This record gives sequence, C-alpha cells and structure tokens, in this order.
Amino acid sequence: MSESSMIGTRIRERRVINGLKQSDLARQVGISPSYLNLIEHNRRRIGGKTLIKLADALQVEPTLLSEGAEATLISALREAAGRPDGHTAELDRTEEFAGRFPGWAQLLSSLNARVTDLERTVETLTDRLAHDPHLAASLHEVISTVTAIRSTSSILVETESLEPEWQNRFHRNINEESSRLAEGAEALVRYLEGAANSEAEIRSPQDEMVAFLDHHGFHFPQLEGTAEAAAIKAVLDQDAIMHSDVARRLARDALAQYQADARRLPLSEMLAKVQDCGPDPEQISMAFDCDLPTVFRRLAALPADLVGPVGLLTCDAAGTVLFRKPMDGFAMPRDAGACALWPLFQVLGQPQVPMRRRLRQSGRGQNVVLAFAVAEQVAAATFVRPALMRGHMLLLPDADSEQGSPLQDVGSSCRICPLRNCPARREPSIIMDGF
Amino acid sequence: MNKKVLLIEDEPNIIEAVSFILSRDGWDVKTHSNGHDAVDAVRNRHPDLIILDVMLPGKSGFEILKEIRSDQQFALTPVLMLTARGQVKDREMAEKAGASRYMTKPFSNAEVLDAVRSMVAQ
Repeated sequence: MSESSMIGTRIRERRVINGLKQSDLARQVGISPSYLNLIEHNRRRIGGKTLIKLADALQVEPTLLSEGAEATLISALREAAGRPDGHTAELDRTEEFAGRFPGWAQLLSSLNARVTDLERTVETLTDRLAHDPHLAASLHEVISTVTAIRSTSSILVETESLEPEWQNRFHRNINEESSRLAEGAEALVRYLEGAANSEAEIRSPQDEMVAFLDHHGFHFPQLEGTAEAAAIKAVLDQDAIMHSDVARRLARDALAQYQADARRLPLSEMLAKVQDCGPDPEQISMAFDCDLPTVFRRLAALPADLVGPVGLLTCDAAGTVLFRKPMDGFAMPRDAGACALWPLFQVLGQPQVPMRRRLRQSGRGQNVVLAFAVAEQVAAATFVRPALMRGHMLLLPDADSEQGSPLQDVGSSCRICPLRNCPARREPSIIMDGF
Repeated sequence: MNKKVLLIEDEPNIIEAVSFILSRDGWDVKTHSNGHDAVDAVRNRHPDLIILDVMLPGKSGFEILKEIRSDQQFALTPVLMLTARGQVKDREMAEKAGASRYMTKPFSNAEVLDAVRSMVAQ
C-alpha cells in the first residue's frame, strides 16, 4: 500500500486512539459521517483544509497524517526486523505499525540501536580479553614457569637416589622459576586491576550518576545555602560525565535532596560540630534535632579532607541500592546482589530503630569499618499499599576506641565472597575453591 | 641403539627437566631452543620423535610443523606438540598442521613419558 493511500487508515487509528466516534469527529470537522467513513477507508483522497481540520481535531501534526511516520523511523524498524531473531516481524506492515504506534515504534528503534551498540561493546571487550597481548604474555609466562616447576619438583620427589649435582641444579631451577612465577602473578593482578577501569564505557545510569557525584567529591559548594533550582541546573549544565538522560534525572533528584539537606544542616555548623565531636551521627542528630537519614547524607556530602572517608548506601525495601557513595576498604557491588548480612538490610525489618555495628568484610583486605544503619518510612501505608521503606547505611573508618568490641563478618556479593557455611549465600563463590 | 628425540622448546628449565626424565627413560635427547632454524635441526638430527613447543621465538610451532610435514623424509615422524593454551581452536590447528599428539602445559612427567613411549611404539 502506498503511503498516501494510508492517510485514511492513519486518521481512523488516531480517532480510535483518542476515543472519538466517527460521527463526533465528522461533526467537529464539519463533514458528513459517511464522507469521513469513505476517507477512513482510503476511498477518498483528501488534502488541504479538511486534512488540517482533522489533524487539529485529532490533536496531531497534519504531516503525521499525510506522511505517516518518518522515513528514518521506518528504515530503523526494517533494520530491527533484520536481526537474526527478527524474522517473525510483519515486514509488510512496518509502515502501518509506525503510523499506529509512533511511540512504541520509536522505542523499538532506539532499543535496537542500543542493543547494537552494546553488542559492539561486548564484542570489543571479548576481543580485548582474547587478543590482549599483555594478558596473553602474562598468562604464558605463568604457565611456562608452572610447567617447569611441576616437572622439576616431581623429578626431585620421584627420582630415587638422585645425584647431588642434579639435586642442586634442580633446586636452583625451582628457586629461579618460582621467583619468575611470583613476578608473572603480580603482573596478572596488576593487569586485572587496571582492567576494571576499562569497564567505564558500560555503565548503568546509576553508575553514571555515581561517577558524576564522585567527580565532585560528593560535595557541591554551589548548592550550599540556596534553594534556587537554577543552581542545580548550572551544576548539571557544566557536566560532561553523564551521557544518558536517565542519569541526569537521577542526578537532578540527588542534587535537590542535597540542597534540602544543606539548608537543614548548614555547612559551617556541621563542620563545627564534626570538629567538636567527630563524624558521630548520633551526636549530630541530637545537637541539631535532625533525623538520622539526613545526618547520614550530610556527613557523606562534607568535603573529604575535613571529615575523612565516609561511605553511604541507600536502598529500598526490595534491596535495590538507590544511592551509593563508595568508601575504600568496603566493597559495594555495582548492581543488585549485595550481601544480605549488611545492617542496611537488617534495619528494614525494624523501622526507626538505628543500629551500629563493626563490620569486617571478608575478602581481600579484611578491613573493619563502622556501620550505622537506620530505616525510614518514605510513604505511609494505606489500606491497599504497604508503607514504603528506605534503608540507609553510613560507613566510617574503624576507630581506635573500638578495639576489642565485637565484629560482624559480612561479604560484598556472593560471587566474590569467601565466607564459608554462610546461610545467606545465594550463589557459589568463584573464589571459594582453590584459595 | 637408543631412540632419538628432538626437543624444540625455549624455556631452559623445561628443557632441563624434560631432557632429564627422557634420558633416564633411555632416550637419546637432543634439544633446540628457537624457531628460526628448527627445521634445519630436524634435518640434521633425524630424530625418531619430535617434541615441539607452539610458542617459540622466531617462528610458531604450527609453521615449523607444516614445514616438517612437507619434507617427505619426515612426513611420518611422530610429533608431540606442547602448548600453554588448551583451546579447542589450538588443538584443531595442531591436528590440521599434522601433529600426532597434543599436550597442554602444565603437564606431568608421567604424561610426557606415556605419550612418547606410545608414540614411538606405534
């Protein structure tokens, strides 16, 4: 069907979408219902005034009726249908689809573009892993030395009455190879740690927002003591880190919260109090008669050179992390799947009851941190909906004064957690065996 | 007379260990440690069996194997390939290039002995 002959169909679909009867639309436009019926069945050509009036009554641009969806959208949809799994798409009705559901069509085409982008990223990363010369060289080095050590050591163990010269020689070889192995292993670790940064291009909007906040050290002097929305806009306008609109929207909300918190707990007074009693959320809360979540957020937003490292996590009742300010020494998984033993989740079962724990996170550093957690209700329950809860966990470095007080062992995410016999384990650890 | 094995490998300590176990097993072991002139070494030594590492300086083990196989004299000489990569692709490449057997590092001494014994007995 040619494009122009589809005008009628598009008019009919629009009318149905708008919930108008044929007779009502005809009356609004000043034509007879039977004439409109002919138009809608593509049996009368229309143009000029009637088209403009119809478009007006249907609240759409006249071109959307006359030209249908844009050619670019149509070709994007055809491209999407060209995917290996797209063979069931009704190609012959692409235009009709784009005309009837422009929003869905747009969404489909942008999702297709995004999928294509991501596929390319995955391919690049896979390629990089498979063909990375540094990785290949380090691995080869490690395997060669392991081979030499294995072979040599079993000669030493298995050969009966090995001559002393040979013995010395093989001992020397093992010594040589083991120091090479140590270097090779170190090179691998260095490589893999560096590789984490190269993930930069695959990030969720949440990650983008965290990167943006992190770039500013989670502190925004421009937003202190002002209620102006323009101040937030100015900060966001200068930003070049966030690319997605979703990330910018998340950031805008976070900055609005920042502004509100800054008015509640002004910077100079907060700093004075911290100087006086340290970053102790309880004392600050009492001194300013302020709720704990606000105190947590405020502490996490103070300049790091004045309060030291402060971490913060906020989650909803589904356990999804909504806000994340990382702290060195406490691993926070980027996506869902954090350790169920964290006080962050425990407090969700005891709203308004704050909790303070010394946590030792299993894994590499075995660092100890001080965690303060509290859950708050952000929307009251109704008869048809539960109350909406939010959990907050503030992290501070362990203090000398805490030496000897009880420790709680927690993990980060199950996949990389070595805790044994953990009842909270969701999936096996990739590092449990062999280490 | 002892059977002659030519070990083409560039890691000195692997050479030493493998030479040792093969000599103790009664083989006459010759070694060669680079890729460039490995084929010449094969022609000069006339080994009964070749152990060939895939990653050699100068020339890859696959190329060397192809050249060895293209020489009628050595078309049937058993070749045991050693590699640090266990990927299916490497194994296929080794088979295509004409390897009689394929072994991934790190191997055990017993595996090497079993392999070479069975390869020359065949």
